[in-house]
Amino acid sequence: MSTTDPTATTADPVLEVADLNVQFPTDDGLVQAVRGVNYTLRRGEVLGIVGESGSGKSVTSLAVMGLLPGTARISGSVRFQGRELLESDDKELSKVRGRGISMVFQDPMTSLNPVYTIGDQIAEAIMAHHDIRKDAARKQAVELLDLVRIPHPEQRANAYPHELSGGMRQRVVIAIAMANRPDVIIADEPTTALDVTVQAQILEALRTAQQETGAAMILITHDLGVIAGQADRVLVMYAGKVVEAGTADEVFYTPRMPYTLGLLGSLPRLDVKTDRLTPIAGSPPSVVNMPPGCPFSPRCPLAQDICETEEPALEPGPNPDHLGACHFSYRVEGHEPGDLFSEQADDATPLPAGTNEGEARR
Amino acid sequence: MTETAMSPVHSKQHGTPVLSARNVVKHFPVHSGGVLRRRIGEIHAVCDVSFDIYPHETLGLVGESGCGKSTTARVVLNLQPATGGTVEFEGKDLGELSSKEMRRLRRSLQIVFQDPYASLDPRLPVNEIVAEPLRIHGLYENGGKDRVRELLKTVGLRPEHGNRFPHEFSGGQRQRIGIARALALEPKLLVLDEPVSALDVSIQAGVLNLLQDLQAELGLSYLFVSHDLSVVRHIADRIAVMYLGKIVETAPAEELFQNAAHPYTQALISAIPVPDPRKERSRQRIVITGDVPSPANPPSGCRFRTRCPKFANQLTDAQREKCKNEEPQLVDRGQGHPSACHYAESLQLI
Amino acid sequence: MPDHTKSDIDATAPEVPETKGTGEGTTVAGPSRTEREFTVAERSQAQLVIRRFLQHRLAVGSLIVLLAVVLLAFVGGALWKYNVADITPDESQPPSWEHPFGTDAVGHDSFAQVLRGTQISLGVAVLVALIATFVGTIWGAVAGFYRGWLDTVLMRIADLVLTLPLLAVAAVLGDVAGGSWWLIAFIIGGLYWAYVSRVARGVVLSLREKEFIEASKALGASDLRIIFKHLVPNALGSVIVNATILVAIAILIETALSYLGFGVRPPDTSLGLLVSDNQTAVSTRPWLFYFPGLFIIIIALTINFIGDGLRDAFDPQQKKVRA
Repeated sequence: MSTTDPTATTADPVLEVADLNVQFPTDDGLVQAVRGVNYTLRRGEVLGIVGESGSGKSVTSLAVMGLLPGTARISGSVRFQGRELLESDDKELSKVRGRGISMVFQDPMTSLNPVYTIGDQIAEAIMAHHDIRKDAARKQAVELLDLVRIPHPEQRANAYPHELSGGMRQRVVIAIAMANRPDVIIADEPTTALDVTVQAQILEALRTAQQETGAAMILITHDLGVIAGQADRVLVMYAGKVVEAGTADEVFYTPRMPYTLGLLGSLPRLDVKTDRLTPIAGSPPSVVNMPPGCPFSPRCPLAQDICETEEPALEPGPNPDHLGACHFSYRVEGHEPGDLFSEQADDATPLPAGTNEGEARR
Repeated sequence: MTETAMSPVHSKQHGTPVLSARNVVKHFPVHSGGVLRRRIGEIHAVCDVSFDIYPHETLGLVGESGCGKSTTARVVLNLQPATGGTVEFEGKDLGELSSKEMRRLRRSLQIVFQDPYASLDPRLPVNEIVAEPLRIHGLYENGGKDRVRELLKTVGLRPEHGNRFPHEFSGGQRQRIGIARALALEPKLLVLDEPVSALDVSIQAGVLNLLQDLQAELGLSYLFVSHDLSVVRHIADRIAVMYLGKIVETAPAEELFQNAAHPYTQALISAIPVPDPRKERSRQRIVITGDVPSPANPPSGCRFRTRCPKFANQLTDAQREKCKNEEPQLVDRGQGHPSACHYAESLQLI
Repeated sequence: MPDHTKSDIDATAPEVPETKGTGEGTTVAGPSRTEREFTVAERSQAQLVIRRFLQHRLAVGSLIVLLAVVLLAFVGGALWKYNVADITPDESQPPSWEHPFGTDAVGHDSFAQVLRGTQISLGVAVLVALIATFVGTIWGAVAGFYRGWLDTVLMRIADLVLTLPLLAVAAVLGDVAGGSWWLIAFIIGGLYWAYVSRVARGVVLSLREKEFIEASKALGASDLRIIFKHLVPNALGSVIVNATILVAIAILIETALSYLGFGVRPPDTSLGLLVSDNQTAVSTRPWLFYFPGLFIIIIALTINFIGDGLRDAFDPQQKKVRA
């Protein structure tokens, strides 16, 4: 890990995402899945993206890979090693995919072809980008399987995906992802479908893959614990926007956005006995037909009138690398979740559209 | 076996248990394909599981997928008949009740499901979903409408939204609807099958708090089934850890985290990531290798031995023989609580 | 679609004093707060289905055409100056203002005959769909819900019915029935329910594994309640789609039967009978053959398109947006 190496985090961007917007037109209106996301991925670092369902964390990376359906409206810029990906055609993109950027999805079964042996599939991935013979590719495949700690890789190379357990399959996907020594590995909820004891093994395999290839990694997950252990830097996403960015320590110990603080407070902890959690009131907002203002404001204990009208920009505080999107960041710093979030308001006080608000709120 | 039978998961609570499970066994037949569908084997989903649940307490049943925890929950509810053993609810053996008696008893024994999207009928409005238990048991005529409103309020929903359909609600709100439905008949025991694992983090906390409040207010007992030890630590009074159809360790919640005795419990605790970067980087990890063996053909002796770090790294060959040949019983081996490991040793991991 | 409007029980209910709060108090948000959670208008399941159906242009167009045909047949048929049995002095006239579809050799007004034929054909088709859907849905739902030996027995019976050569059976029975249209509908429906039962069973088999069914069981619901309150309403989408296809099939079967002379008999008429009677006239008086033929095609096609539209509308997959 490069946490202790300050030079690695200063320069050398491999992937630059600027003002990325993704919208889907639907029956009910425009779904604004991603709204103005900016980030830079530096060589060799692990960038964690954390957010709840609907926060846009997966769509962001699918947009980077050019894997969104045709109905999506994408704008902004995605530069990989200085090359603009959003303007590239599919042929150019497929050169980048797998070789430059590779991806590990949540469900390994969807990324493996059930009718080929895993050895063949890895060899296939190698031969797609390298001009080598099948037996050489096959030999590399076995080495890769060994690297992700699949026992008896020689024999397992002849197995079909359905003969393997979920954890083993995910290792195969990781082996394929690292086959062409990519510069960026994007792992989208790689352990969500797996048991915790297997999750620990897979995270280790991912780390091996990242270190062996020297790739930078984007780790997308909803699990703050996984992020805490794996990521050098963290982006917190909410309603399609990055609402906080900083090093793992900064985000976890001195959050600048009430949402981040609230998330930490609502998490039952394994290491500490908690009698009472401090939930965030309400539910995540609908990203269809979004009103102006800060999307977190209805759930936010600090919300003022300005939060209703003006969406706060992602801005640095005293520490230039630690960004937060809150009008009142200074009031979040140094607080415990319980200080800010009272328990009284709870989930589920929705207001149907078109109801007389004053009356419904009592 | 008598040992286990006599000392099921102990409780410091007093009084008579609401529910006692004794030596519960559940096998699922495996059939061959084709026309004849011969029976070719059995999945040993639950093997000889015993526990008690006392009034006002929460028993956490923890384990990874396929360990039999959800099947245990369904056997307890008599939604699936047990292959062996007995489940007694307030002294009545569920296996011996007629279907009419069982239907009456269901009022006291309710369940909340994992998936709030699948557990509510998409074609019924919320009012009807919550009213269903009242209608089934003929209680709707006497103030059912008001009862539904009251239930919705109890779980933190607004009665005005009772006309909406499930698909219009978020996951957390749907789970609250499911809880309201389970509460409608004023049950004594609520089986919670992974009630928060499908929910987002910020929503989960609200539902957990609600469950705690309801327990305090209504004096409910919970069987809380979950794969997530963090959640179970938060909500359970006692915890039973399952592996491959068996309880491998059981203890009051705090004790389990202070001195886990079974190597599986230890591995489980150490595998769960903690949302604290410094702690997480410096944690001691007990990594176990491999995957859970098939429940159709569990290993002989101790079922955990194929993945056990202790078996692999610390034991002598002579000691390993015992693991291979002799199934460890769930008894206290000097750690203050029962565990099913011949070589149990307390270990503090956090 | 089941009607849910009767269940708006709290719209009129008096405010109940809060007896059992969880100590959370009331919401703090002021009245000025912008609504962010429900930015989408409230819609019931039925509204969603209708909305999606309306987006299917071909289906909506077909529905309009079909409604026009139905109106023409029933209202137009009643108002038209000639009756089906009327014999006019004009013999073998080509289409004109007096006789839009011409006349036959005896002097029957072809327009009146086609309208009457359409009425009969539609009546047969709708009755077939209703009978087959009703019997088939319950049959399949019971089989799928109970599984085991009952399933085996019920589905073997259905299989047996399916193996019967439909045209032959309908021909024999139709001959006995003596040509009244509703008896013919009963015969076709009595053979086609088996198809529906297979569809319904398949849907119920997947539905019964859903957690909301298990939830009802855990509440102590009786089997009948589970079948009629949960399984059948949820299977209704697939069943309705199937029923539209059945309507189209029934029109064609009735046509075939009448064409073979086992269906509706003169002096009454049906579209199939008209086509059959006038096939010899194709070269000399083509209007007698083509107009009833055109009506058969229009009805069968539009109903099929409507079925397509309904299938898409009921398919919730369509609405999924990854976010």
